[in-house]
Amino acid sequence: LRLICTTTAVQKKNVGASGPEKYTEAFIKKQIEEFNLGKRHLANMMGEDPETFTQEDIDRAIAYLFPSGLFDKQARPMMKHPTEIFPEQRKIQWGEDGRPFHFLFYTGKQSYYSLMHETYEKLLNVQKHQDQMIAQDLPPQKEKRNLAGSRWLTKIELEEMLLEKLSDDDYSRFIKLLEKLVALPCADTEEDYIRKFSKEVPMQLQKVVVEPLQYDEQGVAFSTGEGKRKTARATAVVYDNGTGKITVNGTDILHYFPVLQDREQLMFPFQFLGRIGKHDMVCTVSGGGRSAQAGAIRLASAKALRSFVTEKEVEFMRQAGLLTVDPRVKERKKPGQEGSRRKFTWKKR
Amino acid sequence: DDKLLTEPLSHPDFFSVKELFTLKDLFDARVHLGHKKGCRHRFMEPYIFGCRLDQDIIDLDQTVQHLQLALNFTAHVAYRGGIVLFVSRRRQFCHLVESTARACGEYAHTRYWQAGLLTNSHMLFGPGVRLPDLLVFLSTLNNAFEPHVAIRDAAKMNIPTVGVVDTNCNPCLITYPVPGNDDSPAAVELYCRLFRMTIVRAKDKRRQSEAVEELR
Repeated sequence: LRLICTTTAVQKKNVGASGPEKYTEAFIKKQIEEFNLGKRHLANMMGEDPETFTQEDIDRAIAYLFPSGLFDKQARPMMKHPTEIFPEQRKIQWGEDGRPFHFLFYTGKQSYYSLMHETYEKLLNVQKHQDQMIAQDLPPQKEKRNLAGSRWLTKIELEEMLLEKLSDDDYSRFIKLLEKLVALPCADTEEDYIRKFSKEVPMQLQKVVVEPLQYDEQGVAFSTGEGKRKTARATAVVYDNGTGKITVNGTDILHYFPVLQDREQLMFPFQFLGRIGKHDMVCTVSGGGRSAQAGAIRLASAKALRSFVTEKEVEFMRQAGLLTVDPRVKERKKPGQEGSRRKFTWKKR
Repeated sequence: DDKLLTEPLSHPDFFSVKELFTLKDLFDARVHLGHKKGCRHRFMEPYIFGCRLDQDIIDLDQTVQHLQLALNFTAHVAYRGGIVLFVSRRRQFCHLVESTARACGEYAHTRYWQAGLLTNSHMLFGPGVRLPDLLVFLSTLNNAFEPHVAIRDAAKMNIPTVGVVDTNCNPCLITYPVPGNDDSPAAVELYCRLFRMTIVRAKDKRRQSEAVEELR
């Protein structure tokens, strides 16, 4: 023991500063044993079979035996497996004689630095392999990795993997080292190691799938589409070999939409494609106002017409704005203002 | 148990450290090469043999003596189950030093030295940490060509230090300085090899002595 001259006040243990209590492995093991024993006792008490006593049964039994009126679910009595209760954290890092287990313990960030050490070792191995290949006059293999389909782990995911806090600098250093390793020609030997730190990114669908035409009993082709605008929701069924008749919620279009502007909105997709008298339409619409319902039916009919039409015309429709949902909704009123934008009258005095 | 600990102290060279290296090995590994005359530190002048074409040459006779003392001391520390921490801030040799430490079963720190690692260990690690019993510096300077903070901290915590001091280093606070080159890869590989062999030898001897004691 080294004698360091300090006062008793300084030697007093700072309880808060040492952080949350660290659990030894033996402690967690004992907790697991106690939990299993308690589970069997509980099963006996409830008169059920101890072997087939699941976690849900435990929860129900505890709720029955210890009824609690507390609001917070997490404050009520619970009995869960110790791995769920005690968060996965670093147990005490040194043995009985005081010697730490990990050889980089005194750096402070042992997992991160051991990861860097391992990655650098892989890099050196790859370089050695490359030198050997060059010495034997074999050309280095160049297999292009699928760069677009994968991404590196994020900082948070890496922190979870290492159970340690990282700084942005540390994370960027590690990623740079990985990129350097991947850039070498003979990096295929260490593919398994690199795969631990990369994740697949599923390619987002660029093309929207166009549904095929459906045929009803008479053999007439039809297709459905859904549309919305503000609060109105509409579904439209467009039939082929028609005369241009349009029915909305069981009533004719002239009776449902007396205003010309709404009827023009409905006509627009057919007029754009030049198929005015060729299709019949039956729609249902609910919610919203007059104009919103018209807009919703327009979008629904345009979506239904995609199945009747070539890909080029679908692209023309998309560029014309017939297939885009109108995102405009009523803006909320803010406190301190009379409306969403209008402020209260300003009085000078 | 008492006899195990006191017996090695009676011999001047219990672990026969002198056989591990010769002056010729040091010369072949280019340990005698120092920096230029302008970089010379005032306190390194006793260890310098001379100056040729502005480059300082370290006196290898003195190096041999200092290295024998240093290796003997590390062997004794390892024999008594002490914690040895290898420190170096040279990026070239970081991997080598860490692998050496792992091979010995000891510890290494070749990364950024967090302030208060030794002096404020209760906050950083937790209560009940055991600090290293010996610090071995493969390079005494940090990346800014200033003396490494660990030398001063070890002196504050009464931890003995062994360090390879080059002609531009300050050998003041180091308990067992070893004047020698810390820049060439050959020299650093030699030092790593020597320290590894001493520590492994000392631990083997300890295990043998314990086995012999148990048989009795």
